[in-house]
Amino acid sequence: MIYIILTIALSLFVLAILLALYRIIRGPSMPDRVVALDMIGVNLISAVAVFSVFLKTHVFLEVILVVGILAFISTIALARFVERGDIVEHKHD
Amino acid sequence: MGINDVILKTVAKAVVLIILTFGIYLFLSGHNSPGGGFVGGLVLASAFVLMFLSYDTETVKDAIPIDFKKLSAFGVLLAVLSGLGPLLFGQNFLEQSFDYFNLPIFGKTELATVLIFEAGIALTVVGVVVNIILSISEDE
Repeated sequence: MIYIILTIALSLFVLAILLALYRIIRGPSMPDRVVALDMIGVNLISAVAVFSVFLKTHVFLEVILVVGILAFISTIALARFVERGDIVEHKHD
Repeated sequence: MGINDVILKTVAKAVVLIILTFGIYLFLSGHNSPGGGFVGGLVLASAFVLMFLSYDTETVKDAIPIDFKKLSAFGVLLAVLSGLGPLLFGQNFLEQSFDYFNLPIFGKTELATVLIFEAGIALTVVGVVVNIILSISEDE
């Protein structure tokens, strides 16, 4: 029973990633692509968690942390790029 | 500028500590489980990148007076010297050895000389990645 539920959840994550990929390719503006990239990161984290429940293992849990850190930093970098134009400031004020 | 980013700076102070801890964990656990010098170095470099993103380069360079070019060069030197070490004992280049020790808190622990080589790799990766990010981000 639980394997059917996990398989359906993984299929829905794949569907969500494909929809976000369409938004990245066809996105009219840059912030659309930023939000779609962040959505792909969150969906990847959830899919890896479901997959590790599926395989009854805990060796994939570091992947969740690494992808979470990278999604957080890339979201901050792209938000700074959209807001200010420069990513790393040289001097404060 | 006058843009209020106090939330970003406050969050970055806590998150940098978590990322550095996770990077050191990945570095030390890389013998029998996922991780190692390269991955740990990349995660440590992402902590430095987060510091450079949330603050500016002047503040970070005042707080952490490390020349990242010299850090990467020192990492390569450490890795090569750890390979030259076994030649003194009549073994091959880059030959590694390990043994089990009884440490006070950890109990029976495996200590391997590959840790020195991995430390060199981690320092190299941190220096190179931070150098690349700083080089492509400056606009002058």
